[in-house]
Amino acid sequence: MEILVYGIINSVTLALMALGFTLVYGISGLPNFAHGALYIVTGFIAWSFIHTLKLNFLLAMFLSLFVTGLIGAAIYRLFLIRVRGMATSEIIASYAIGLAILEGLRWGGFKGMTYTLPVFIEGSLQILGVQVDLQRIMVVVVGVVVMGLLWLFTHYNRIGLALRAMAQDERAALMLGIDSDRMAVAAMFLGSFLAGLAAVVLLPLGNIVVEAGYNVLIMAIAVCIVGGLGSWIGAILAAFLIGFVQILTVVYIESHFQIVVALLAIIVTLILKPSGLFGRQKELEERV
Amino acid sequence: MTLKGGDVRQERIDRGIKVRTGGIYAVSSWKEIGYLLIPRLVLIVGLLILPLAVTNLYWQRVISIVGIYALLSLSFDFLTHFVGLVSLGGAFYVGVGGYMAAILNTKLGLSPLFTIPMAALGGAAICTLFLLPCLPLRGVYFSIVTLMYPLITARIIEALNILGGTDGIVGVASFPNRWVEQYSLFGLLLLILFGLRRLVNKDIGLVFRGIKDNDQAVKASGINITHYKAAAVFISSGMGCLGGAYLVHIYMWSGISQLALDFSIIPIASTVIGGGGTLVGPVLGAFILVPISELLRAFGTLRIVFYSLILMAFIIFRSEGLMVYAQRKYHQFERWVKV
Repeated sequence: MEILVYGIINSVTLALMALGFTLVYGISGLPNFAHGALYIVTGFIAWSFIHTLKLNFLLAMFLSLFVTGLIGAAIYRLFLIRVRGMATSEIIASYAIGLAILEGLRWGGFKGMTYTLPVFIEGSLQILGVQVDLQRIMVVVVGVVVMGLLWLFTHYNRIGLALRAMAQDERAALMLGIDSDRMAVAAMFLGSFLAGLAAVVLLPLGNIVVEAGYNVLIMAIAVCIVGGLGSWIGAILAAFLIGFVQILTVVYIESHFQIVVALLAIIVTLILKPSGLFGRQKELEERV
Repeated sequence: MTLKGGDVRQERIDRGIKVRTGGIYAVSSWKEIGYLLIPRLVLIVGLLILPLAVTNLYWQRVISIVGIYALLSLSFDFLTHFVGLVSLGGAFYVGVGGYMAAILNTKLGLSPLFTIPMAALGGAAICTLFLLPCLPLRGVYFSIVTLMYPLITARIIEALNILGGTDGIVGVASFPNRWVEQYSLFGLLLLILFGLRRLVNKDIGLVFRGIKDNDQAVKASGINITHYKAAAVFISSGMGCLGGAYLVHIYMWSGISQLALDFSIIPIASTVIGGGGTLVGPVLGAFILVPISELLRAFGTLRIVFYSLILMAFIIFRSEGLMVYAQRKYHQFERWVKV
């Protein structure tokens, strides 16, 4: 029972971490290696809003999400758009930006002391005989709601439809009058927003530490690679697969191996089937 | 472009001297010989004088580290710009070479004279073996998988507590003196640099570049591209392992930090700054970047911020790099002509 409950929570956590990454890759083909940095940045922004500006808790959360979204969009508009389409340059450039942000935060004094965000709801609950914090249940609820909203957004909203059109066929979308650069910026805004959302619901469960940024990036990449880069359904299924395997390793082997599982999943998937479980990339594009 | 005199454009003309045409050296005057030799001599003499010129104990250590980073950058440049495999996991080579040299030295008691070549060749064999399954991958997929190799190796060493665990392997022998250390390192660096320049113009180099430009066409010519890719990875990881072995003998210690991202990122940054595809450029880049990063050591992690920003700026705004620019200026006349 414990495995089931915590497996689901862990899976939704992973899905939340990965959603922004897979969204950006799916739409503009950008492997956003600054994803982990954006996650941590949201935590620090929310913390500063609450503790230095003394803002209301919920207001601070929402504001920090928007600020992160804008930061992401700005990074894309100012820098990454210039190397668009050159996958390796995109990886190196976005990784460099992420590294600069994370190490800058570490240098800028966010170290030593513990920084924590308040939880949404205190207390815990018995589910199927397992004690679970309300915050963790909140994570699952937020995760499910976000996935639902995202589905609605991309199926019934003009911008959402445009984003999906671009993901399917950029040239055709261009011919239909969709500005692909603007849409890519929008995708980056949304992706950063989602990274921020993951941060504000997940960070209250622990301290805000810079290292988490790297772990989030690895987890997001693991989920996206296993699920197939750019495939949303694949990402969600992969999150469940990796999530349960991780919980099983924690229960039966040792917690040290949690990240090894994610890394191993990346390597094995890439070697055996680079397009992942549900990737739409053509075989010839990814291997010889 | 419009200037005062009307519409003009910049014209570039190659200097009228072509040297290596089919193996014949056609050099007719001292001026032309000088034109060819001076850039090479500046590099060689510069590298050989450097250990003599630096008297400060701390900076002597730094120039050894610079030499190692230059090796790593060369390895990255070769694999990226001549074979088309963008490996983001340079730290994996360093770690494998380093651990191997440390084990050979502490367990078998071999001197650095034997451990370094053995670690370079044996480590290259191990790296090639591990990377063999990823060789069919292309582009981003190869990059991501190689990025994961050093990370997972570090985590496995941590989790299983093997190879000294988080403490690493201590008590590795050092070099007899710094002259041996620096001159052997710089000698090897020059040897590898000029060797690679030859290699990429031989038949095998042609196949490598063919694989980079169009692997399907190479395959269609009946060439087994996996063999060639494996050979290239062997050469490149050999350089990385050599660097790792030197590092271990200089620090007299081998540990997880040899698998750290520094050894993947700085070589990439020096290649981007120095100019990819020139082979000399990355060496130059390492000699610029690493000392600057050492100067900033007092600022802690700010130096990582600094070189990531340099890396980003170069890759986005000046992706040709310094050496490509310098070579163009050296080999070509530039003038403005009326359109």
